[in-house]
Amino acid sequence: MDQPSSHLKVRQSDQVTLVEFADRKILEELSIQEIGDELGKLVSAAPGIRILLSFKNVDHLSSAALGMLITLQKKVAEQHGLLKLSDINRQIFEVFKITRLNKVFDIHDSADQAMAGFGRA
Amino acid sequence: MIMGVPEEFGVSEASLKEIVVASDLRSAKLPEGQILAALEQSGYDPDTIFAIKLALEEAMTNAVRHGNKGDPTKKVYVKFAVNPQRVIIMVRDEGPGFSVDAVPDCTRDENLHKTNGRGTMLIRAYMTRVVYAGAGNELWMMKKKDDPGMMD
Repeated sequence: MDQPSSHLKVRQSDQVTLVEFADRKILEELSIQEIGDELGKLVSAAPGIRILLSFKNVDHLSSAALGMLITLQKKVAEQHGLLKLSDINRQIFEVFKITRLNKVFDIHDSADQAMAGFGRA
Repeated sequence: MIMGVPEEFGVSEASLKEIVVASDLRSAKLPEGQILAALEQSGYDPDTIFAIKLALEEAMTNAVRHGNKGDPTKKVYVKFAVNPQRVIIMVRDEGPGFSVDAVPDCTRDENLHKTNGRGTMLIRAYMTRVVYAGAGNELWMMKKKDDPGMMD
């Protein structure tokens, strides 16, 4: 269910939690802490969570955002869950490649491909 | 000691605009607005604008967070020039400086899972030329037009 003042749009599909960012400029320094907190709460509330983070609305991100994602991945792993990223545009993907974080995260071109990647429960 | 614009950057000191901002992340966005507007007016392509925006954000965050340690009484000094061939940006904080060479390589396997330490590498990767001056608290960056700077 959407929360009006949230930075995130969250819905469930096939036992996967699908998350999109509510705002284009969201992954900027000012918002990172809040986004990290929201995602952290989402994960803590759901052991074994299968979570897909779509970057559909994202056209910019900073190294602080990358740090937030690393923290998120650790949390998901602690909960024995799975995190996938999808819909990352070319420019943003270059940042993942340059930092070699494309090796750390499970990145899919599209949400459909990511969903297929989660497999069956 | 404050350095002037590096000679290799090919612009005069007089061509630089100066903006002084308070040392907080919200104020740190102000130079970005002016610089991005100038880039768009000068017809810079989206990839080059992306590169400059990223490097600038990293530089401002470093100045506020690491240089000035979030001290609201300190300032961040920004100078910039945008012309049809190149963009020059200087960011200076009032902190003690640092040695960029001492920053660990964030792309090494053992550092990949760290949550920070990527800013200086991204600045170097996305700008054409980067010079640290003073005690390391003064950063000069230059981006040539049509140099997206990605490593591929």
